[in-house]
Amino acid sequence: MELWLGAIGCAGLVGALYVALLVAPAAVGESVAQRILYLHAPSAFAAYGCIFVVAIASAVYLWKRSEAADRVAVAAAEVGVLMCTLVLVTGSIWGRARWGAWWTPDPRLTLTLILWAIYLSYVLLRAFGGDDEEIAPYAAVLGIFGVLAIPAIRVSARLMKGMHPSVLAPREGGSGLADPSMKLAFWGGTVAMVLVAVTLVLLRTRLERAERETNALRRLADAAEGVGG
Amino acid sequence: MRATLAIVRKDLRIEWRTRETATTLAVLGVLLVTVLAFAHDPDPDAAPLLVPAVLWSAMVFTGLLGVERGFLLEREQDCLAGLRGAPIDPTALYAAKLTVNVLLLGATHAVVVPLTGLFLHVDLWPVLPSLAVVLLLGTVGFAAVATLFAFVTVRLRTRQVMLPLLVLPLLIPLLIAAVKATEAVLGRGLGGAPDALGVLVSFDVIFVTAGALLFPAIVKD
Repeated sequence: MELWLGAIGCAGLVGALYVALLVAPAAVGESVAQRILYLHAPSAFAAYGCIFVVAIASAVYLWKRSEAADRVAVAAAEVGVLMCTLVLVTGSIWGRARWGAWWTPDPRLTLTLILWAIYLSYVLLRAFGGDDEEIAPYAAVLGIFGVLAIPAIRVSARLMKGMHPSVLAPREGGSGLADPSMKLAFWGGTVAMVLVAVTLVLLRTRLERAERETNALRRLADAAEGVGG
Repeated sequence: MRATLAIVRKDLRIEWRTRETATTLAVLGVLLVTVLAFAHDPDPDAAPLLVPAVLWSAMVFTGLLGVERGFLLEREQDCLAGLRGAPIDPTALYAAKLTVNVLLLGATHAVVVPLTGLFLHVDLWPVLPSLAVVLLLGTVGFAAVATLFAFVTVRLRTRQVMLPLLVLPLLIPLLIAAVKATEAVLGRGLGGAPDALGVLVSFDVIFVTAGALLFPAIVKD
């Protein structure tokens, strides 16, 4: 199933990029750099989706102690960090082209950067925290705290000066995406990116499961050897 | 509640007999303010602008070290096992450690704040009440998150780096709001930054509640 989802997602991404780069008209008052939006925004949707999956899976884990939920949380956190990285890199490139600066302390940039840092620390905790069973509840708390911090981050980030373009916000003469082909590239790209993210999470979950089974078997083998020798 | 008070009293008594954490944190705070004030070497006119940054940077560094000590103490001679085995609600343990951390950090502020005013040529005396409010709100939020994760990292081999790695990203919104509120206190007065105060208060409420609710889940195994 992962294979099909992944294939559809990748094909969708290529299709969306084709529409975005070659079919859609340039946005009013924007340079060609604006077209990076069609990669930037879908990654953002996928990133936020992953982050919410981490929080929900973590809550389920703490509540039910279900190891399956824990595996999903691990996988979604890694994919979330990957997607967040994509958002930050594409956003930075766009920012450089549009404002002449790689970085500005804008609310949305700040929010993405902080979430990226929170879930990166989650991945690091899982990587260097030791035993999976031991570290899982702690990581789950962090996974939940990350989402709880979002309102505070949003408001506090607004206390700083920023200039993020608001492409989707309604304005005179409709939203920034006036042409149907722009909408297609934007929302098609988003669906495709989310599919790719789902595929990666599913694959990573399966890998995590195999990894844990291998570790358990290895421990068993060590123990047996200890008894036999 | 009684259990919380008992643990607070125990920790404060240990602290009073050794005076280890309060002394080292205060000296560390002094050194940090010195380093930060001299690292920038500002013009006398511009120096007051640095106050919020210096105060909260010192707070983060001393806070991270101070909060970590709370559970290190319990790890020696496996006191933590005793606390976990005691017939008390784990929430009481969290509340106690949170309280002790806030008190210890408050003691550190008492040294760091006057010194900051002295080095950076600001008379902090007139604004002290509102500054104290901001410091208290910031310290409670800081301790709410850091206390919980100190319990997590105390058992890790890599704890010295892991604690800042885990809590700093979560604390950034609190620090932004705290710095903005401190700026307001020194300028237009506390009423000048309602949004920053709102963030501080809601951060405290959210994370003290979440900490109290989630701490039992990580203590019990």
